[in-house]
Amino acid sequence: MSAIVEMRNITKHFGHVIALAGVSFDIRPGECHCLLGDNGAGKSTFIKIMSGVYKPSGGEVLVEGAPTLFQSPRDAMTAGIATVYQDLAMIPLMSVSRNFWMGREPERGVWPFKTFDTGKADEITVAEMRKMGINLRGPDQAVGTLSGGERQTVAIARAVYFGAKVLILDEPTSALGVRQTANVLSTIDRVRKQGIGVVFITHNVRHALAVGDRFTVLNRGQTLGTAERGTVDAAALQDMMAGGQELALLEASLGGTI
Amino acid sequence: MTDVIPDALKDERIKPVSPLRRALIRPELGGICGTILVFLLFAVVAGDSGMFAAEGVMNWTVVSAQFMVIAVGACLLMIAGEFDLSTGSMIGFSGVMMAILSVHIGVPLWLAIIATFVFCILVGGVNGWLVIRTGLPSFIVTLAFLYILRGLTIWGSIYFTRQTIIGGVAEKAASDWLAPLFGGKILGGLFTWMGEMGWIATFTRGNRAGQPVIDGIPMLVVWAIVLVVFGHWLLTRTKFGNWIFAAGGDALAARYVGVPVNRVKILMFMFSAFCACVFATCQVMEFGSAAADRGLLKEFEAIICVVIGGALLTGGYGSVIGAALGAVIFGVVQQGLFFANAESSLFRVFLGVILLTAVIMNTYIRRIITGER
Repeated sequence: MSAIVEMRNITKHFGHVIALAGVSFDIRPGECHCLLGDNGAGKSTFIKIMSGVYKPSGGEVLVEGAPTLFQSPRDAMTAGIATVYQDLAMIPLMSVSRNFWMGREPERGVWPFKTFDTGKADEITVAEMRKMGINLRGPDQAVGTLSGGERQTVAIARAVYFGAKVLILDEPTSALGVRQTANVLSTIDRVRKQGIGVVFITHNVRHALAVGDRFTVLNRGQTLGTAERGTVDAAALQDMMAGGQELALLEASLGGTI
Repeated sequence: MTDVIPDALKDERIKPVSPLRRALIRPELGGICGTILVFLLFAVVAGDSGMFAAEGVMNWTVVSAQFMVIAVGACLLMIAGEFDLSTGSMIGFSGVMMAILSVHIGVPLWLAIIATFVFCILVGGVNGWLVIRTGLPSFIVTLAFLYILRGLTIWGSIYFTRQTIIGGVAEKAASDWLAPLFGGKILGGLFTWMGEMGWIATFTRGNRAGQPVIDGIPMLVVWAIVLVVFGHWLLTRTKFGNWIFAAGGDALAARYVGVPVNRVKILMFMFSAFCACVFATCQVMEFGSAAADRGLLKEFEAIICVVIGGALLTGGYGSVIGAALGAVIFGVVQQGLFFANAESSLFRVFLGVILLTAVIMNTYIRRIITGER
């Protein structure tokens, strides 16, 4: 199957700092491609290029085979690339329904008396959330009352509903408890089965192995290659993320617990 | 996670919400309770003073309407996450500007009014643009404009007329087509009829004998009602209203999903300036003059109305209806103390106490909504 988005040899410099030194990555429909890396490895910079926040210093971004340069996050969204940021997904004081439709509110009536079609918005929100396995008390329930995992799920449901072809999840599980993490991972699985390509950014090898089809490890702004599911194990990924050497020493002293 | 298990999980984890608690998180609740309380209080202490006769009602209605006009602008701006401290100075500035233009430069009054509105809305836009571009808190940027506009008002007034009160607007307004939109009264016939029917008091002596004590509803009250209805509709029923909540709730999150946060905020600064201008124009038409010291402290009074109405100072939550009720509380208490023959300086004590109570309540309510502990 051909890739929806392909990133070829991407470089990014911030002044004298080389954040990315030639990273290649691609995402196909219906797969979960995990992007692993330690803090400072360049994961965030890389996905910000993919989602149109930054422009690459070098390299090519191809969307369905055509070279593309995103001018803004809006461009990337139009191309079907949706990003769910860990802490910036939702506005807690607003209702689930208002959050779900934020920026894309359905309207009815004629200008200048166009109104926000709350009936339709509420109905679709409740239905979409039910598909994701969340039963709301009501569409007017404030997002602040949802758990972290549920908020991620609302954001994912929103991206899927609005026709995302590629869903970038920026460390969706890093702040969550065990059960919530399981919920988010199963949501990823559900989304993947709908034919959407999921880019799952994490530094937790076990979370990645639970749902990933392919794994790409970033270390110090460089990619150490992409591995298929079944060809790597947790220890190998862990080693690549940390750059091998030092962690081997550490691991020995900790009795192989990390 | 399968489709079946979460239902069971949900039910055991979510406590049922009582109707009382549900009502508590409506932003207007404080305003409604306060309004009822204030009316009850003054019905007891000032019930026989004429406060609730036709003339008295009109008295506190007009004062409440004044607060309402500026509170609507302040409310939408606060929900969008910003403050405008230049409202009071803007009131003084726009009044003096239209008086100088029409009385001293000789521009037709309608043109002076339109020019003033355009200029003040632009100043509001500059306020917003500066806040967005510099990233400074709107508190600082609009505080600067509080001084800039007030200074310009006094300087301009003295430079053109050698005094700080500019009269002569009434004569210009008499033959103007636009002035009655701000200074006129409506439903005069209704009140005459009510006077004839003996439902409201009439003058018994003088050259107005037989006419009702109230000769119509001032346009200021009409403006207040129109602005409240418009503001409430905009905020709760439109796409733009959702953007106002989003811009104030979390500007970055809103931006990431494509909400034009900058445009929303700048437009709300402009709307706040517009409201200040409406207030000033009505006042100038009522008094027939402009004065350089008008509108002093109005920015804080507007903010107090909005906070009493349940809006959060941090943005993202609030209600125009609540702000309007805050304005009613404000107006009724200010005038009620007068009717009750109470020491008027006590009004400020009351203001301080009610402000503190409202903010504490709002903070508590916010905790309920967001589920923080």
